[in-house]
Amino acid sequence: MNSAVRELTYSQAIQEAMAIALESDPRVFLMGEDIGVYGGAFQVTGDLVERFGTDRVIDMPISELGGAGLAVGAAMTGMRPIFEFQFSDFATLAMEQIVNQAAKMRFMLGGEVSVPLVMRFPAGSGTGAAAQHSQSLEAWLAHVPGLKVIQPATPHDAKGLLLAAVQDPDPVMIFEHKLLYKVKGPVPEGHYTVPIGKAEIRRTGRDATIVATSIMVQKSLEAAEILQTEGIDVEIVDLRTIRPIDRETVINSVKKTTRLLCVYEAVKTLGIGAEISAMVAESEAFDYLDAPIMRLGGADSPIPYNPELEKAVVPQVPDIVAGIRNLVQGRR
Amino acid sequence: MKNESKSKAKSEAANVPFAFRAYSPEQLRDVLRKMYLIRRFEEGAEDSYTRGLIHGTMHLSIGQEASALGICMPLNGDDQITSTHRGHGHCIAKGAQVDRMFAEFFGKTTGYCKGRGGSMHIADVSQGNLGANGIVAGGIPIAVGAALSAKMQKNGKVVICFFGDGANNEGAFHESLNMASIWKLPVVFVCENNGYGMSTSTARSTAVANIADRAAGYSMPGVIVDGNNFSAVAEASSAAIERARRGEGPTLIESKTYRHRGHSKSDRNRYRTKEEIDEWKELRDPIALFESELRQFGILNDAGIEEVRASVEKEIADAIQFAKDSPMPNTGAVLDYVYTELPQ
Ligand SMILES: Cc1ncc(C[n+]2csc(CCOP(=O)(O)OP(=O)(O)O)c2C)c(N)n1
Ligand SMILES: [Mg+2]
Repeated sequence: MNSAVRELTYSQAIQEAMAIALESDPRVFLMGEDIGVYGGAFQVTGDLVERFGTDRVIDMPISELGGAGLAVGAAMTGMRPIFEFQFSDFATLAMEQIVNQAAKMRFMLGGEVSVPLVMRFPAGSGTGAAAQHSQSLEAWLAHVPGLKVIQPATPHDAKGLLLAAVQDPDPVMIFEHKLLYKVKGPVPEGHYTVPIGKAEIRRTGRDATIVATSIMVQKSLEAAEILQTEGIDVEIVDLRTIRPIDRETVINSVKKTTRLLCVYEAVKTLGIGAEISAMVAESEAFDYLDAPIMRLGGADSPIPYNPELEKAVVPQVPDIVAGIRNLVQGRR
Repeated sequence: MKNESKSKAKSEAANVPFAFRAYSPEQLRDVLRKMYLIRRFEEGAEDSYTRGLIHGTMHLSIGQEASALGICMPLNGDDQITSTHRGHGHCIAKGAQVDRMFAEFFGKTTGYCKGRGGSMHIADVSQGNLGANGIVAGGIPIAVGAALSAKMQKNGKVVICFFGDGANNEGAFHESLNMASIWKLPVVFVCENNGYGMSTSTARSTAVANIADRAAGYSMPGVIVDGNNFSAVAEASSAAIERARRGEGPTLIESKTYRHRGHSKSDRNRYRTKEEIDEWKELRDPIALFESELRQFGILNDAGIEEVRASVEKEIADAIQFAKDSPMPNTGAVLDYVYTELPQ
């Protein structure tokens, strides 16, 4: 392919993906709160309403449960909705339709229907929006068979994974970290997809593996630079999809480095890190381990408003550096 | 003759708005003071935000002061309210202190939520304010639950449930009104209809012309009031609160008002015109309207009004200073308040 690559922000990349989907597939429409003239709470839909009109960029009332259900129904009957939650926290209002309906519909009807639905969830802390607007709830949805759950960490992947999600015949839930929206990175022009279910090695190394998700990929890369100056060479696996997990990439990396640290922003307890740890412990990689598997995740706390407290409850670069040092130097 | 003078007195009384018949000059003066307090509190918060002293976002209720005060005026001290993301006015109207509110916005330990909640979760439980809410319509069922408590405990309390026009399209609104009605609970639903839920006008979001029309679906009175007229709001609130206290069940009050500011800090106001905003500011400002009534009915003259205004300036300045001087929470204590108690 000879398509040009430009620097775009994460949110521009998502907007471009939605524009391509709207242009190329008449079944695609967008629905959400304030996604029209307002441009979306995080300006991700931007001016798409001007380009595609109010029939395809639909501002809905503040009715998450009903709106999500409409999207499920439309998806079952020939449309390809891309549904935006204003904040991922409001998924809780729509859980019924996501968990009991979208996820299970195909199964319950014996494969007679599919639900090609995309839902986008602005997630995560760091904006001072306090406990009800800062959560990372992706593991909740990843617990539900029938859903696919992805967490793009770069503008490139945000676009490619969204375009893959639109083509996917099953419901795909996309968690977008709000602090990533303004992050820039190279994004090819035109249509391309990034495969759902495939992790990406962001940095190769030999001493330890970090399996990270979303914004923690960026933080882990920063930590790796610091650790490199101390002679510790870290490999970073960007999980990208948390359901289904790319088992092979994770296990091969751990077999190579013999140490594993899982890093994620969501509450550590009962989270994705527990799943990765157990998966590795149950696999042939277990015999290769030179240290216990460790996890770094959010504290067992709602996200506080005060900015210092807010930072204290999610992993920061120094925590990752310390976590890897402990893992590696434990043996030395 | 006797009859004649009686009916004359009656018709005169009818020309005097409710609030000027029901409340003393001291009480009316205090209403004005609280109106200023809400406005100057929010202007102070806005200014502090611009200076980087407050982070996150906030939703200002400037333009809606008469609604908050009119609704809360007939309440007893131990009655309760649930509030919304646009809840600073409700909090002050229910009796909160602005110093502790500023302290909360500054993330300080002396704040009402000890720096954990911020603007969107401002509360003052000691005064019966069960809290603002970051979830649209999140407080509505909670208010009904508080009213259920009041009924079960036979404590005579009434609960005011504030919410916006946007909230009337959430399922929680409909489920709550129905339950409050079937069980005749002592709750008053107050929809502060400021015309928009974020960027979406009620005309675009809501199938009925007035939110109060929804009341019919739940067999309760639906009352529309001019939310910028303190007296009109207080009159409607007073009747609804009395009805609730008598055990006759809920009322839905729609208080029609307007927010002068954008939805939140990130609003570019692309969905409404400058003319519309200016019209509300210039012709229907609730504070200006109340001031002119205070003059008209001889409660306060210009000097008296100025005196109230000056006292509020000082209260706000002192409150901001208090917030600045208060200590930050210790990050080591970050897990405090997650649980009341945990097994070791
Ligand atoms: C369940 C839920 N959906 C969406 C939002 C985002 N949001 C916050 S306030 C708001 C508008 C609410 O409008 P309205 O109820 O009219 O109250 P107003 O802001 O006008 O006071 C929206 C969409 C939210 N906080 N909670
Ligand atoms: Mg509104």
